[in-house]
Amino acid sequence: MKCPRPIIEVARRIPEVSIGAVLELLADDPAAGPDLTAWCRMRGQTLVAADPPRFLVRREL
Amino acid sequence: MSQVFLDSSSGEPMLPAARQAWVDGQQAGWGDPARLHRPGRLAAQALDQAREVIAGAVGARPDEVVFTSSAAHSNQAAVTGLALGRRRVGPRIVTTAIDHSSVLAAAAAAGAAHTAVEVDHEGHVDLDRWIGAVQSTGTAAACIQVANHEVGTLQPYAEAAQVCQRAEVPLILDATASLGRIDLGDAGGWSVLTGWAGAFGGPASVGILVIKRNTRWRAPYPTDDYQGGRWPGVPDVPAIYAAAVALDSWLRSGHAVGKRQRDLIDQLRAGIAQRVPDADVAGDPVHRVPHLLTFSVLYVDGETLTLELDKAGFAVASGSACSASSEHPSHVLAAMGALTHGNVRIGLTWSTTAAEIERFLQVLPPVVAGIRATLGVS
Repeated sequence: MKCPRPIIEVARRIPEVSIGAVLELLADDPAAGPDLTAWCRMRGQTLVAADPPRFLVRREL
Repeated sequence: MSQVFLDSSSGEPMLPAARQAWVDGQQAGWGDPARLHRPGRLAAQALDQAREVIAGAVGARPDEVVFTSSAAHSNQAAVTGLALGRRRVGPRIVTTAIDHSSVLAAAAAAGAAHTAVEVDHEGHVDLDRWIGAVQSTGTAAACIQVANHEVGTLQPYAEAAQVCQRAEVPLILDATASLGRIDLGDAGGWSVLTGWAGAFGGPASVGILVIKRNTRWRAPYPTDDYQGGRWPGVPDVPAIYAAAVALDSWLRSGHAVGKRQRDLIDQLRAGIAQRVPDADVAGDPVHRVPHLLTFSVLYVDGETLTLELDKAGFAVASGSACSASSEHPSHVLAAMGALTHGNVRIGLTWSTTAAEIERFLQVLPPVVAGIRATLGVS
């Protein structure tokens, strides 16, 4: 899955987890790390772990 | 309607004066400048004039100016030559995380230790950490950009030069994105300066490498008698002469152009933020070179965006991984924590007009909305 698909999927699925819970993303796209960092900043979410290909995003709002 | 070229950071189209100078150079300056015959003497004269223009622009002496074949060659020669000349001091090369890829590649190859110091969200280097790295034992050389080539942010290059002078560590000042646009007469204590004529409307085949006297730089490749043993091979004098004429055009009348470009980029920054939802505009909005802007739009891929803008009449570059030139996203954007997908890199040219920028701002929102619709996001 190439950019920006992983970020689009995160945006689509984040409403499914409750606030404070963590969403896991598996992505081999080299842009996933930097783009997830930027997306979390733009959307007020928190990137709690980035260990490619595994990323954890905590829903804050 | 003809296409508007907004990719000057990949190479600005030759300025008319530079093109004319190239033609003149082919007629009168085509000889080998090392020869004593008339064509040789004419070429040597043109080469001397070109060195004087470059030297004057950066506060150096004409005999310190070397012409290479590209910015990448200049950067590689600068980094590798200082690493070689200073190898007894130690193996460390200090750069920022957002230096040009040619600097980072040369530093990684040349030094057993490469320290790439982090930058903040707008692209300013963490100066304290950079200074700390410069001052630590075993540092062969340091590098800093005057301005970043993608986002335009100015680095604290004058302070960096002072620190290097005190620490007696040679500084490479990468002036590629700033030559002719920022007054470098006061940049002070650097040891090696690099640049590229393509960045200011000269021929793409001319790289600039200025090595101050008494710098412990050694040619990291076999050399010959040309250019004081600092870059081998017969110099392409007509191209070099054209490069000097292009730079001279900026020095003489580029101030007004620069002011216009600064206003146009301000207009773009504000317009994009207002008209395009979820746009991430990168770089320092104030302390920057006049002509560069980078922004990214969420949920859009850079390749499609570049191609759609091309169809709509605008030539732009992209630092996205999915753009044609690379499998990896821009290391500059990644280091800054800026969005890397949906990226557009704009470089205004000498002749970019306000009407063209307004038209770009009208074209961009529907193009972005169209791509988002295709990808099923709104």
